[in-house]
Amino acid sequence: MPLDQSFVGRTYPPTAPYQVGREKIREFATAIGATDPAHHDPQAARALGHPDVVAPPTFPVVITMAASRQLIEDPALGIDYSRVVHGDQRFAYTRPVVAGDELVCVNTVEDITSRGGHEFLTTRTDVTTTAGEPVVAVWSKLVVRGEA
Amino acid sequence: MELPTQTFRVTRADLVRYAGASGDFNPIHWSDRFATKVGLPGVIAHGMFTMALVGRAVTAWAGSPDAVVDFGVRFTRPVVVPDDDTGTEIVVTAVVREVTDAGLTRLDVTATCLGEKVLSQARATVRTAG
Repeated sequence: MPLDQSFVGRTYPPTAPYQVGREKIREFATAIGATDPAHHDPQAARALGHPDVVAPPTFPVVITMAASRQLIEDPALGIDYSRVVHGDQRFAYTRPVVAGDELVCVNTVEDITSRGGHEFLTTRTDVTTTAGEPVVAVWSKLVVRGEA
Repeated sequence: MELPTQTFRVTRADLVRYAGASGDFNPIHWSDRFATKVGLPGVIAHGMFTMALVGRAVTAWAGSPDAVVDFGVRFTRPVVVPDDDTGTEIVVTAVVREVTDAGLTRLDVTATCLGEKVLSQARATVRTAG
């Protein structure tokens, strides 16, 4: 079943705030082998001008992937997640994510296209603090593979 | 200008650790049985794990863990990770495309596995102290 084109431009309600924990940043940094002290030691992060440990560049995906369930589980949009592969990913930062941030995601469907029997869904997630300060904008393109 | 090549070894244990840390438990990243059932040659790395390793390369080149202001990739080919002690290897190179007056450096990044590109349109913009 093709994705509903009328979803292009649709914005979903803000997600519940995600509390960025110091230990989560350390765990993520360790999992990717990022050993820079600023990811692990608050003092090292403060020396760079941050209030607490700094997340590696792709860390926001932890938050946005959870937030994207809003779309993936929306029966009206009709994504068959078993056929989804990751196409593109982009992060545009206003500032790095740091421990102590309380972040809210707003998902927007930017584009739905169809080519070669596959469908392409581009979403933008605006990640802001609960106070409304922009932190990072995240684009993700999902490919829904056609049934051969 | 070409930047020094960086290589990253990837084993099954790394994928399990990344799954736990990221919350991405898709079985194509840990079950050969599941991966082959959906037409893959075997367990593949999370695209976002590959991107995270490239992110490490970019921050290393930039010289600061908080330097990345824009980072985007397209996933073009899966990174197959065999179930053995050596796993596989991702090789990351980059060229400086532009240095702006505003102190930003734009990089064109290439990531390969077994000699084949696994990303395309991989670009990063980093803030360079100056």
